[in-house]
Amino acid sequence: MTDQPKAVALISGGLDSMLAARVVQEQGVHVEGINFFTGFCVEGHTHAIRRQDQERPKRNNALWVAEQLGIPLHIVDVIEEYKEVLTNPRHGYGANLNPCLDCKIFMVGKALEWIEANGYDFIISGEVIGQRPKSQTRKHLPVVTRESGAEDRLLRPLSAKLLEPTRPEREGWVDRDQLYDFSGRSRKPQMALAKRLGIETWAQPAGGCCFLTDETYSAKLADLWEARGARNYDMDDIMLLKVGRHLRPRPHFKLIIAREEGETRFLEGYRKQFTHLRTVSHGGPIALLDGSASEQDLDLAARLVARYSSGRSADEVEVEAIERDGTSRSLRVAPLPPEAVPDDWYVGGQHGSK
Amino acid sequence: MTGMWEASMAASESLDCRNLLCPMPVIRTQAAVAGMAAGDELEIVATDPGVLEDIPAWSRVHGHEVIETRESGQEIYVRLRVGSG
Repeated sequence: MTDQPKAVALISGGLDSMLAARVVQEQGVHVEGINFFTGFCVEGHTHAIRRQDQERPKRNNALWVAEQLGIPLHIVDVIEEYKEVLTNPRHGYGANLNPCLDCKIFMVGKALEWIEANGYDFIISGEVIGQRPKSQTRKHLPVVTRESGAEDRLLRPLSAKLLEPTRPEREGWVDRDQLYDFSGRSRKPQMALAKRLGIETWAQPAGGCCFLTDETYSAKLADLWEARGARNYDMDDIMLLKVGRHLRPRPHFKLIIAREEGETRFLEGYRKQFTHLRTVSHGGPIALLDGSASEQDLDLAARLVARYSSGRSADEVEVEAIERDGTSRSLRVAPLPPEAVPDDWYVGGQHGSK
Repeated sequence: MTGMWEASMAASESLDCRNLLCPMPVIRTQAAVAGMAAGDELEIVATDPGVLEDIPAWSRVHGHEVIETRESGQEIYVRLRVGSG
């Protein structure tokens, strides 16, 4: 091979994938980045929705990393294909609804499709043996290699010396001696390497970069599937699970109640898809009603919405319930006192619904 | 007159990304630009303020040039010129 070897690096936005790409770049390989959008990525969405988060930086970490590395980044929409990974993971879930091993196999498989379509030679992954309990163990790494179909075209520069030599190493596209032997959960080797490579800042997403590793979010998704009697979802479902308090007073309906102005504005965009309630006599949030509600249910829903309005201590609050077709009716209700709202109505627990 | 002739050769397209949250506007921009030629211009209209960071960052790493960003009410307009990379 006389041409410069070409590789695509899986870029998550975190430190490990950044280091893995840089290590291979340093060896003269042409590297471009790839990032997959499943719909469950933490960064961005909630910042864009919640007003109180407006002051935080809204940058996309994967793009930021690509800029630091000086490489193009290809962001790929895999929302539809990812549904099969999430609803039917061959290797099961982690602590929550996180199908980490299936997810990694899927992403490496998609990267393989990309290198084959674009004439690239191999894939770079920032995986480290023992770093994550579900997907990055000595036992699991070969599963990703095999089931993704990438086989020896998948290079993990940070743990390469502890693994069988891959094609890029055998062909001399990269020098194995200049790769690493990191293992375990310690971050110290990565920090030291970052320092050596002159990398001073990187993103440290709290709790990982995926909503599916979040207990509250997973509980809301499990609740959605149970209420529907089917494990399916669309993009609106994913988004709405990130927004508002979710209360399910009855098995056949739940309320999504905005917690602040930004969420109110966001939920207003769904007025034509859901029956929604809002207080008239007092200031208060918008609430979407997901499911079917009888007259009695609607009364209960109105009392709950009133409980989150500025009229929570009033004897009576006027609430307007508006159907999807725009027809509305007015309900005069007594706000539900806090002690009348059982903890198990809060989907994902009170803490997650605050 | 040469200037006018050159201007008429460069296409100008628009892309509606309103009500999409990042990174979807970037993904749509990426798809639109893939079908355009160097020198063409694309105007993106969006509502997620994240585009003010993400589209310029995406443009920089791909060699495109953001030539204008402006806000009008809830809408954000980003205009970019496709690079030759």
